[in-house]
Amino acid sequence: MDINEIIKPENKVYGKSTVLKDAVMHYCPGCSHGTVHKILAEVIEEMGIQDKTIGISPVGCSVFAYNYLNIDWQQAAHGRAPALATATKRLMPDKYVFTYQGDGDLASIGTAEIMHACNRGENIVVIFINNAIYGMTGGQMAPTTLLGQVTATTPYGRDAKLNGYPLKITELIAQLEGTCYVTRQSVQNPGAVRRAKRAIQKAFENSMLDKGTSFIEVVSTCNSGWKASPVAANKWMEENMFPFYPLGDLKDR
Amino acid sequence: MAEKILMKGNEAIAYAAINCGCDGYFGYPITPQSEVMETLMLEKPWETTGMVVLQAESEVSSINMVYGGACCGKKVMTSSSSPGISLMCEGLSYLAGCELPCLVVNVMRGGPGLGTIQPSQSDYFQATKGGGHGDYRTIVLAPATVQDMYDYVDLSFELAFKYRNPVMILGDGVVGQMMEKVELRPAKPRRTDKELRELCDSWATLGKSASRPGNIITSLALDADIMERHNIHLQNKYATIEANEARYETYMTKDADHLIVAFGCMSRICENVVELARQDGIKLGVLRPITLYPYPEKALDALVPQMKSIMSVELNSGQMVEDVRRIASGRAPVHFYGRQGGAVPSPEEIYEAFVKTIKK
Repeated sequence: MDINEIIKPENKVYGKSTVLKDAVMHYCPGCSHGTVHKILAEVIEEMGIQDKTIGISPVGCSVFAYNYLNIDWQQAAHGRAPALATATKRLMPDKYVFTYQGDGDLASIGTAEIMHACNRGENIVVIFINNAIYGMTGGQMAPTTLLGQVTATTPYGRDAKLNGYPLKITELIAQLEGTCYVTRQSVQNPGAVRRAKRAIQKAFENSMLDKGTSFIEVVSTCNSGWKASPVAANKWMEENMFPFYPLGDLKDR
Repeated sequence: MAEKILMKGNEAIAYAAINCGCDGYFGYPITPQSEVMETLMLEKPWETTGMVVLQAESEVSSINMVYGGACCGKKVMTSSSSPGISLMCEGLSYLAGCELPCLVVNVMRGGPGLGTIQPSQSDYFQATKGGGHGDYRTIVLAPATVQDMYDYVDLSFELAFKYRNPVMILGDGVVGQMMEKVELRPAKPRRTDKELRELCDSWATLGKSASRPGNIITSLALDADIMERHNIHLQNKYATIEANEARYETYMTKDADHLIVAFGCMSRICENVVELARQDGIKLGVLRPITLYPYPEKALDALVPQMKSIMSVELNSGQMVEDVRRIASGRAPVHFYGRQGGAVPSPEEIYEAFVKTIKK
């Protein structure tokens, strides 16, 4: 096969989504954000909804999600993305509205907003990146930090007596009548990426069916925060995060 | 003749919102302003104009719903009272930083803390000097009548969109709770999607159109140069607002040689003080700032030279008086009379205090 054969359109096996901008990402090598952004962009492109999608970015590493996907974006105050999404979807019900939030944003400072948006059954998509640490501020304890896990504010490991327990907020969300689809995914290998992408697409489709809130947790890595190489971080996630945060659908109706 | 209806100040806010084409109201119950949302829920405007009305889980959420709606170029509003406004200050700072239009109504009650449900004007500093973090300003209108409460809703949206800036109606428990006749205004329809696109597509999150890249609404700029440029841009906008939007009323100031400055419900009570003074041969007048930001500096400045004394009368411990002193700048003695904690003085009490200041 020569070069002219290779570049024929029918032989193309992969292309960058047209929804992704030509911007260099600020995420660390191995970080799950880049992969989740990529499949999110692919879903938006494949569904043909680039002109109908409004994203709400959080406070945290993914505050800059708006630099990477070429759609309309709102940048929320810390934890408040579900409130912005609520108003946006109710005022413009023909638009696809999603929040993209980390564990500190969604499961700590923003617990009231996420619980009530889900409980009202807002027809929005929530993408929840759980890497069990505060990335942007330099690796402090998150609500989802595992017991014994070392962070900048749990230098001797998370101690339940001192710091309380890791919060399985996705299990709480699944209990709420307003949610229609609650799932926990990951993106550490090709199979996981394909499953996470299917979940995102399903959530976007749900948001036009008046079924309620779709919530996707993505158990993720934070290489800088965990002080681990991409390979070691994936291994640590599989061995430590997955037993406590098991993957799969918690609710689908 | 236009129809007149007897209503509470808080109800007037609700009826005016529906009437002037407001797209969305997001609120949380707090005394003494809960009638705003109660009236909206009773009226069900989603069945008539299509206006969205939602009870949020907190004031924090209310203001962030307003933030989301404002990002979409919609005419959105919330209302609350003092402790609730404190919770909204973070959101107000974001709205100001992102240059978004919205209306926030504060029906003030006494504080600090949980305070009292009785009327007060003790949020003057919070409303006019910031409230939230960062160098920002909110346009502040102070209603003195139920008609003002009704009329300022539409005016607020006009100003909010003209300058892409949050506007606050700073009422108090008196104007919120009292009933008066209100002349209704011609109804304005809500903006159509097409009008919204024409007016706001350059900045709002309406869904990316083919002709432009995605709009990003953010107040974040980690680069100091960019952040400073944004701040300078905001300050230039505020200077334009200060030059063009100061509003005020005067009462019997033409021949006056003593002046009372008072806003909101206190300006009305002080008009009665003028009657008492003039019966005694004292030429007293009242300046009522309608906009507390921008402050009617030129109007007060022009009145100062003719005055033997000036008194600021407020339902607080002395907040606006700091602006009055600044503008009087030593050219006339500036006195203060205030009541706190929900007490509202009678004209006689204020007159007695005024007489003491001029006999000193």
